[in-house]
Amino acid sequence: MAERLPTSLARRVWRRATTRTSRARRVPGRATTRDGRPGVLAGYRQLLAAQVRSQLQYRASFTMDVFGNLVLTLMDVAAVVVLFRVTPVLGGFSLPEALLISGLANLSFALCDLSVGNIDTMRLYIRTGRFDAVLTRPLSALLQLVCGDLALRRLGRVVQAVVVLAVALNLVHVHWTPARAVLLVVAPLSGAVLFGSVFVAGSTVAFWFVESGEFANAFTYGGRDFTAYPVTVYAGWFRKAFAYGLGFAFVAYYPALALLGKPDPLNGPRLLSWSSPVVALAAAGVAALIWRTGIRHYRSTGS
Amino acid sequence: MGTAWALAVAGFRRYSTYRQATVAGAFTNTVFGFLRCYVMLAVAAAAGGTAAGYRGPQLVTYVWIGQGLLAVVQIWGWTDLADRVRTGDVQSDLLRPVNPVASYLAADLGRAGHAALTRFVVPTVVGALCFGMYAPHALASYPVFLLSVLVAVVASFGARYLVNLTAFWLLDVRGVFTLWLLGTGVLSGLYFPLAFLPGWAQGVLWVGTPFPATFQAPIDILVERGSVGHRALLLVDQLCWAALLLGLCLLVQRRAERRLVVQGG
Repeated sequence: MAERLPTSLARRVWRRATTRTSRARRVPGRATTRDGRPGVLAGYRQLLAAQVRSQLQYRASFTMDVFGNLVLTLMDVAAVVVLFRVTPVLGGFSLPEALLISGLANLSFALCDLSVGNIDTMRLYIRTGRFDAVLTRPLSALLQLVCGDLALRRLGRVVQAVVVLAVALNLVHVHWTPARAVLLVVAPLSGAVLFGSVFVAGSTVAFWFVESGEFANAFTYGGRDFTAYPVTVYAGWFRKAFAYGLGFAFVAYYPALALLGKPDPLNGPRLLSWSSPVVALAAAGVAALIWRTGIRHYRSTGS
Repeated sequence: MGTAWALAVAGFRRYSTYRQATVAGAFTNTVFGFLRCYVMLAVAAAAGGTAAGYRGPQLVTYVWIGQGLLAVVQIWGWTDLADRVRTGDVQSDLLRPVNPVASYLAADLGRAGHAALTRFVVPTVVGALCFGMYAPHALASYPVFLLSVLVAVVASFGARYLVNLTAFWLLDVRGVFTLWLLGTGVLSGLYFPLAFLPGWAQGVLWVGTPFPATFQAPIDILVERGSVGHRALLLVDQLCWAALLLGLCLLVQRRAERRLVVQGG
């Protein structure tokens, strides 16, 4: 409906809808501006609430979804454990060390998946023409897409990744210093920002090639799989491209080396182990640039 | 038979129009091929050249053939039918004078044919160019592999169709679909050859679940792991699963039609 309305009218309809809920619910915080008009937050909050309600409609499906996702995250870790059944070391790392890398990678990805993972659906929006409607609303297009389908089940993945990381940390005996404690918090966040940048940059491909959404999976989900193992496992130009070109070595591998106090088997300078936040910020900058270029390039499919 | 052929051709042609998607899919499978191949080679190297009965080149073939095969058997599933149930479009499928299971199977075989000529070829060629792949020693392995792939497609179709049929009861199949992804990703042999698991777990998976029959069986036949008798057993396991799943599809389809509530709108 909204996509056929002229922008000004759509804006008015939108505003009215948001005013109604913010009054009815009396949401605390800055839902409304000082003169009583709905703030930007109210819009996002409403989108999220609608999502939560819609997902709870189909109980059986929702329960299975939550359960399946819980086990799915465990399986990423189980895969690493299974590989160690047939070999004592992998790329020069023992099982607990590999688990630490895997745990860091999983937590980074889970945090990213929870916050921006939904950008994946953008190709559907573009193909069906629903992206036009997104652009007419007076909210940021990127944030709307991100809020469009908040998957509650993804919260379970974060919890589980934290548990795996805690178990791994218990097994490897880290010599704790304040710097390492800070790194433990900063590394997953940097990793999430890096993954998020790849997700956003990857989704813009759909602006140019409407049917090619799966292309981005090579780098998003591929990145997740890449980071779950020590970088020493890979070789040649492939390692260079993924580890350094796309920066995936900085998600889990280098932070893990810093936590373990282990020198880089690839003979990189020690500073690399601590540089994840810088790499993440640079990646976010590049992604923002690509997104802006993409959105300017957007042409409706007309369907 | 003429109808089935026409439906299969239509399935083939439908997928041949998604050119960008085919290229993107083949690209993604190839990237994952590199990822998995390096991990498996590292495992084989650290384990002293042989891991769970696979030598290095066999693992290379395992990974790359697998990357091609996953599109042919459509390992990540599809929800076309479930979507049609939710929107009510399924009524037009039910009005046709062909059993829906048969017509969807025919279309799926056409789709698999298209995937075999495109998505299967790309990772296989890249793998052969970049790594040392194992080629079967016995000439008979090639035709048996083709037969095994065909049975795998039918078995996989049966399982996917059953997942979609739950839409008649649940309308929203997201949950069932997640469970399907869980089984198909980990238990089919995609993430690691099931031989890496303890013996009892392998037994449970091969006999108790259809997943290995849809994926690992054809690959094990091609890389010639185990004795000839062992590989013959894999094919028997596949045939049993394909027959069982198709039978279940027909049965559940009949029950589902009685449950149908066409959604308005």
